[in-house]
Amino acid sequence: MSELIRVEHLVKIYYLGEVQVPALKGMGLTIQSGEFIAIMGASGSGKSTFMNIIGCLDRPTQGNYFFESANISGLSRDELARIRNKKIGFVFQSFNLLSRTSALENVELPLFYNGSSSQARRQRAMEALTEVGLNGREHHLPSQLSGGQQQRVAIARALVNRPSLILADEPTGNLDTRTSLEIIDIFQKLNQESRITIILVTHESDIATYASRHVVFRDGKVIQDSPSPPRQAAQDLAQMPTIIEETSP
Amino acid sequence: MNFPMTLRIAFKALSRNKMRSGLTMLGIIIGVGAVIAMIAIGSGAKARIQEQIASMGSNLLIILSGSATSGGVRHGSGSIPTLTIEDAKAIASECSAVKYAAPVLRGITQVVFGNQNWSTVTYGTTPEALLIRDWPVTRGRSLTQADVDGAMKVCLLGQTVADNLFGEMDPVGQIVRIKKFPFTVTGVLSTKGQTTWGQDQDDVVYVPLTTGQRLLFGKQFPGMVGSISVQATGPDTLKLAEEQISQLLRQRHRLRANQDNDFFVRNLTEAFSTAEESAKVMSILLGAIASISLLVGGIGIMNIMLVSVTERTREIGIRMAVGARGRDILYQFLIEALVLSLTGGIIGLLLGVGASQLISYSFKWPTLISPQSLLLSFSFAGGVGIFFGFYPARKAAQLDPIEALRYE
Repeated sequence: MSELIRVEHLVKIYYLGEVQVPALKGMGLTIQSGEFIAIMGASGSGKSTFMNIIGCLDRPTQGNYFFESANISGLSRDELARIRNKKIGFVFQSFNLLSRTSALENVELPLFYNGSSSQARRQRAMEALTEVGLNGREHHLPSQLSGGQQQRVAIARALVNRPSLILADEPTGNLDTRTSLEIIDIFQKLNQESRITIILVTHESDIATYASRHVVFRDGKVIQDSPSPPRQAAQDLAQMPTIIEETSP
Repeated sequence: MNFPMTLRIAFKALSRNKMRSGLTMLGIIIGVGAVIAMIAIGSGAKARIQEQIASMGSNLLIILSGSATSGGVRHGSGSIPTLTIEDAKAIASECSAVKYAAPVLRGITQVVFGNQNWSTVTYGTTPEALLIRDWPVTRGRSLTQADVDGAMKVCLLGQTVADNLFGEMDPVGQIVRIKKFPFTVTGVLSTKGQTTWGQDQDDVVYVPLTTGQRLLFGKQFPGMVGSISVQATGPDTLKLAEEQISQLLRQRHRLRANQDNDFFVRNLTEAFSTAEESAKVMSILLGAIASISLLVGGIGIMNIMLVSVTERTREIGIRMAVGARGRDILYQFLIEALVLSLTGGIIGLLLGVGASQLISYSFKWPTLISPQSLLLSFSFAGGVGIFFGFYPARKAAQLDPIEALRYE
């Protein structure tokens, strides 16, 4: 396994007028390529700030961030946008799909910002939708899809540029137990079959049990970092009572 | 980020709020339409004045006989013939700024053909007078120097006179009687239309100067003429010609330094240039007023784009998260503003052309739509779109992706 992410002495201070609010207080963490990490912590513990920096949406006040061995803490907004586009996929709690835009076009969105041809876009987006089990739904609007399906579209969008990292911020927060498991199952498959590194932020400890490493934040620092044998979502799903497959309205 | 895709997104975003986009566009539509219609009206007026200047003859000076004074009473211009045919010849040969000078006799006469008669203005002059006025014949031949030298009984008819006496018949070669003298019609002058003050320029008969002198205008003042038409060598030499003529005539008429001129020099082109200038000013003024509505339309675009950016903050956040750079977002909103303004521009263009046609049709007001005015107002609309779209677009581009994603 090679090193994917290394952060050193990471400090992030927010300035609210005169008041300085430190969100990260010199934390460090190394993540190997192919890991499935659950990040936990109370709100205000700094995990969101950490995720924003890891996701290249924000820049640290101090410290270094190495992504694939390159120091990217000093990059410009445009260079960060390029890394987000090529290397990182985001999955959010509230799905964050473009409404009134078909599933297919939502998935195509990242490709649209790296100059892919329209044929390549279409083909790659269809592949990604198939990968999350949504073929046949590509022309549905988000409002015509269930929560689980919407989150699958979001995962397909995260996948479409074949990133090395997927950042999932409470991806099951708005979903019921079974759908949550299905989503986690997709993440596990992507992690195990496609060797995509997954960082999952959650405050549900039972969701965290599907990850192979648990990192706990408190007050802007990592207070616990331990490996744990992951449960397999596929097995748990098989043991659940079968219900009628959800249908779109 | 490719252009056709961005364009598609822009159209899609705008068609989501058809009512809003339509109303926003209305500002630009009215603006562009007004600019085009106003410029058309202004240029129409200008073109009409230019046409009249051209019909008067260019760089034209008219020298009129002076005022007679008897016992302190001045009798007004032309009350005493002071100008002579020799004056005209001297002006033509001695004033360097003068191209042509033609002595002109003028009188109202009755022209008779068969059982038809018509009273009209008759000019006795030299062929130069027609050159000065740039007035060719449509049928037959014009006056020649030989006609003048031989005092031939020939005449040229204006179109109005020809119509009234001959109707459909060809007057060339026919004999008309003017003051009982038979004149052969050698030609019919081309149509000049009305002057600015509504006088029919075609209601006229031209005869050779010498013939007019002998037969038509009496022998009270032999060798005298009522006026001399002069054409300067160019628009720049008009003033010079005026000075040279005054100087020459004062000298020829032996006027002492303390005596008033016994003639008047009238500069007709100058008067018309003033009219043309004011038409131009009117055109610019109308266009400027109309542009203000275009500007207001631009502010409407800015307003709506700002609302749109706020409404779509989350969308902007999503786009940024998946890799859109600031400039991608900037282009997207800028193109949206541009689509609004250019679509409005095209509709406004059609509306403006239609309005001008309607104005010229229903008010009989001449309008002139030049391609330049169309291009100008259309590109002005585009400029307004870019100018007023830039601030909202830049605001969108500078959003913080984290904040934007969290926006509810």
